[in-house]
Amino acid sequence: MASFTSVFARDLKIAIRRWSELATPLIFFVIIASLFPFALSPDVAVLRSAGTGILWIAALLSSLLALDGLFRTDMEDGSMEQLILSPASLGLLVFAKICAHWVVSALPLIVLAPLLALSFYLPVDALPTLIFALALATPTLSALAAIGAALTVSLRTGGGLIGLLVLPLTAPVLIFGTRATDMAVHGEPVLGPLYLLGALAAFCLALGPLAASAALRVSVE
Amino acid sequence: MGTISWRWFHLLASPPYVFRLAGQLGPWLAAATVVTLAAGTYGGLVLAPPDYLQGDGFRIIYVHVPSAYIGLMAYVLMASAAACGFIWRIKLAHAVAVSAAPVGASFTFLALVTGAVWGKPMWGTYWQWADARLVSELVLLFLYLGYMLLRAAFDDRDKGDRISAILAAVGVVNVPIIHFSVEWWSTLHQGPTISRLDAPAITMDMLAPLLIMIAGFTLCFAWLVLRRLQAEILEREARTRWVEQLVTQGAV
Repeated sequence: MASFTSVFARDLKIAIRRWSELATPLIFFVIIASLFPFALSPDVAVLRSAGTGILWIAALLSSLLALDGLFRTDMEDGSMEQLILSPASLGLLVFAKICAHWVVSALPLIVLAPLLALSFYLPVDALPTLIFALALATPTLSALAAIGAALTVSLRTGGGLIGLLVLPLTAPVLIFGTRATDMAVHGEPVLGPLYLLGALAAFCLALGPLAASAALRVSVE
Repeated sequence: MGTISWRWFHLLASPPYVFRLAGQLGPWLAAATVVTLAAGTYGGLVLAPPDYLQGDGFRIIYVHVPSAYIGLMAYVLMASAAACGFIWRIKLAHAVAVSAAPVGASFTFLALVTGAVWGKPMWGTYWQWADARLVSELVLLFLYLGYMLLRAAFDDRDKGDRISAILAAVGVVNVPIIHFSVEWWSTLHQGPTISRLDAPAITMDMLAPLLIMIAGFTLCFAWLVLRRLQAEILEREARTRWVEQLVTQGAV
């Protein structure tokens, strides 16, 4: 547990000191979302029906943006080898890094999403569901992102490839997330897709760190 | 008995033995493929009666269903071989996974194309997002492409083998999750009615050629993978003496 908290605190501290990296995905999120009205139409009906999907796609893309550095800087300065050599299980340490990544990249996004949702004329009643769905979906995204980052960490240019590896795997999250939000917009009960999002998150957070740590061990060799 | 089977397992991990075995099996598999596919094609195009609803249009299932099946089966085979290679450090198992990936991806692509060609007269459109099976087949193709691109991005073959094995394992765990979530999503979206063959209602005249075609496609897949495996083994073992001997004898 002490190793978990120390890795978690260290990653948070680094992220806060490099605040520009912290802000980039957020601004990216807002920019993607605000470009969609140009591409579609400023019409209220169009934006209201497409708004849920736009928000989710923007959240997905911007959460992938921050992940290239997840293990790369540790790999370059040698602290990854220290983590692998430490007596604590590597899976736990990777889990701590995933949690820190989630706090840094997903939490601000969840706070910002309702504002953007309002700009797409989504009803206020649907906002709690949107927040819950994002809170349940983003851990899965962070876990998948960690797997992608660990697989590509020993390559010189991982950036584009990570998206290719991870994005197809995010289809279920996207399906259940947009469905929950859409159902809330139409005033239907939303528990079903939220449960499924929670199940996905539990599954990915349990197995994702193991896959990522296996990939990290191979990459360090 | 036990010693014999163990010896056989050890032989299966030996590149020269598998190279020769694949070379010996190749012509037989090729011949069996041609015969089975010819029989299945004759049965499917001539002997099977036209469907009462779709007319002759249904006959594309004789290509579509086998290639969709091979696409999925090949992914599971690839992931299992990669897992064996990762766990027991068998280099030959990695070679099998690498050889199976492009063949499986091609069959998945064929399943998508034949699905689209069938969709045009049946649905009035080449692509129907509401059809869960086509969409999950598309995601499967993306998973294949991701695996092949990741594998190709590594200069160090050993590292690339083991890293892409992890990706294959992650993918094979995700395939059923993706399939069921897409299925759930499409049943909610279901707009226009889709006419589709009812699986239990299919008559024997139609089913028999389909089974023959599935057997033929499987043989064809095995043949192609073994050919690729031979090339892969030669490339991996290019610096060894037995390959050198093969080359000097003019055998390859």
